[in-house]
Amino acid sequence: MTLALILRNLLRARLRTALTLLGLTIAVIAFGMLRTVVDAWYAGANMASANRLITRNAISLTFTLPIFYKDRIRAIDGVSAVAMSTWFGGIYREPRNFFPQFAVSVPEYFALFPEFLVPEEQMRAMLRDRRGALIGRQLSEQYGWKVGDTIPLKGTIYGGNWEFTVRGIYDGRDDTTITRQMYFHWEFLNETMRERFPRAADRTGVFVVGIADGQRAAEISQAIDSEFSNSIAETLSETEKAFQLGFVAQSETIVNAIRLVSFVVIVIILAVVANTMAMSARERTSEYATLKALGFSPGFVAALIVGESLALTLLGALFGIGLTFPVIDAFRGAVGTAFPVVRVTAETVLWQFAAMLIVGLLAALAPAVRSARIRIVDGLRHVA
Amino acid sequence: MTTATAPTAARPPLISLRNVAKHYLRGEQIVPVLHDVNLDIPEGDFIALMGPSGSGKSTLLNLIAGIDKPSAGTLCVGGVDIAALGERELADWRATNVGFVFQFYNLMPVLTAFGNVELPLLLTDLARNERRERVELALRLVGLAERMDHYPNELSGGQQQRVAIARAIIADPTLIVADEPTGDLDKKSAEDVLALLRQLNDDLGKTIVMVTHDPGAVRAARRVTHLEKGELLGTEVLR
Repeated sequence: MTLALILRNLLRARLRTALTLLGLTIAVIAFGMLRTVVDAWYAGANMASANRLITRNAISLTFTLPIFYKDRIRAIDGVSAVAMSTWFGGIYREPRNFFPQFAVSVPEYFALFPEFLVPEEQMRAMLRDRRGALIGRQLSEQYGWKVGDTIPLKGTIYGGNWEFTVRGIYDGRDDTTITRQMYFHWEFLNETMRERFPRAADRTGVFVVGIADGQRAAEISQAIDSEFSNSIAETLSETEKAFQLGFVAQSETIVNAIRLVSFVVIVIILAVVANTMAMSARERTSEYATLKALGFSPGFVAALIVGESLALTLLGALFGIGLTFPVIDAFRGAVGTAFPVVRVTAETVLWQFAAMLIVGLLAALAPAVRSARIRIVDGLRHVA
Repeated sequence: MTTATAPTAARPPLISLRNVAKHYLRGEQIVPVLHDVNLDIPEGDFIALMGPSGSGKSTLLNLIAGIDKPSAGTLCVGGVDIAALGERELADWRATNVGFVFQFYNLMPVLTAFGNVELPLLLTDLARNERRERVELALRLVGLAERMDHYPNELSGGQQQRVAIARAIIADPTLIVADEPTGDLDKKSAEDVLALLRQLNDDLGKTIVMVTHDPGAVRAARRVTHLEKGELLGTEVLR
């Protein structure tokens, strides 16, 4: 009966309930979307492995490191593999077609990133072709590239026109893996540099360092940096996650603003639902007084109001969460490759649900307490 | 001191008020409503409380029904000093002992006639089938068995008041309090409701305390007690 009363009360002012529900649904979608954008910002860091370090020039990322460091890093205790990776920064047709391209020592690099799944045959073809490129699934789908296609890029850091042949398309191990990047042979870049800018040859942007024991990351990072202290190019080694978070930190203010807005959305909808519940409870004051006169406890009256508020917000959560997925799909299509991974996480869904639970409880608090406490004789006299 | 003595003094009083006073606080000002009221109402009585607006008759009814507490004096109903009960105990006492009939029916608009009448039974241990049987019986008694699935807004004022009376008797209380039960009804409906109340008193022995302005309504009662300015003026025996 309690549940029946709650649900029937919910449907009494249908327009008001529908409008509040609409507001709740939009708020849940907006909250989920903003959190998904924040998550997308952290996608690189979330994908990072505890068993990978990044060693870069201590001055700045724009300064490179000599490749002879590779063998010395490999020799440090705890290091299991070393790969080279250089940001290429080419433009495909026009600057708005941005996607990341890296020149990497392909076999070593892909051995360090087992989350990139490349068919064996395609990897063999890649290794045979110095101008070959491996592209991610998302990238291939966005531009319609397939194996054998040529990708022309205009160099920005490494000038001139470059052409690469797609030799393989890699998939992610799961949907958190970024598949909107392009990889080609560092050796090809280096040979070209030797011809065009000899002083820029035999250098790499960063070393990706594989370590067997993630617990020793700090110790091994320190050992690497000590190895090159007081050298021509001192190094700064950190975990891959810390390296990725360094990029996020550059836009931290924006990320924090988005986070703040997501919570502001919840506060606004809390005010809307609280107003709805206050109006509903005020209109029913004499009914609640009647229930109390009949012998129902103040707790029962409070439960009716809290129940109605929770039913409203959880219904909003249900619609909102359900609609977040198609909205995020549409958002992903609209932003293209601007974000590497745009997906609604289980954590986001939990947050959406929890936010609505809290809104439901808080919105009912004042009217529930007031209705439970009001004297029966005063309540019976109340005119809505 | 004002006193009303029951003509049926041989019977022990179901309701006994001794030196009952009630005042309200309006800001820092004390507004007296009832002064030193002494009243005995025997079991099975049907008493009408009459008086002009502000005479304190509704306040007196609220005190007897246990939905308000006296500022002074003792108020015993069925041997229980209800003024001494806590909120929770008083709510339980009302659920068991008092049936309410209000001027504006006070039905839950989202519940059918059946649901409204069933409400007091939800506070009991009765099984669903037993509740159904009792609700159907009560609705038959008030002549609304055919309308049990109707919502209040689908019923006339008289029918709504009869549903309220069914709700008042469903838990088989000793006492029924009725606050202007015909105040919102046309003449015909008012007569039906009064006949019903009289039937509950005559046939089922329910003790009824009714507040009314309507001299016609008073004729249904056995006695009428007049109040003015918070004092009992006297009691007439009607039948």
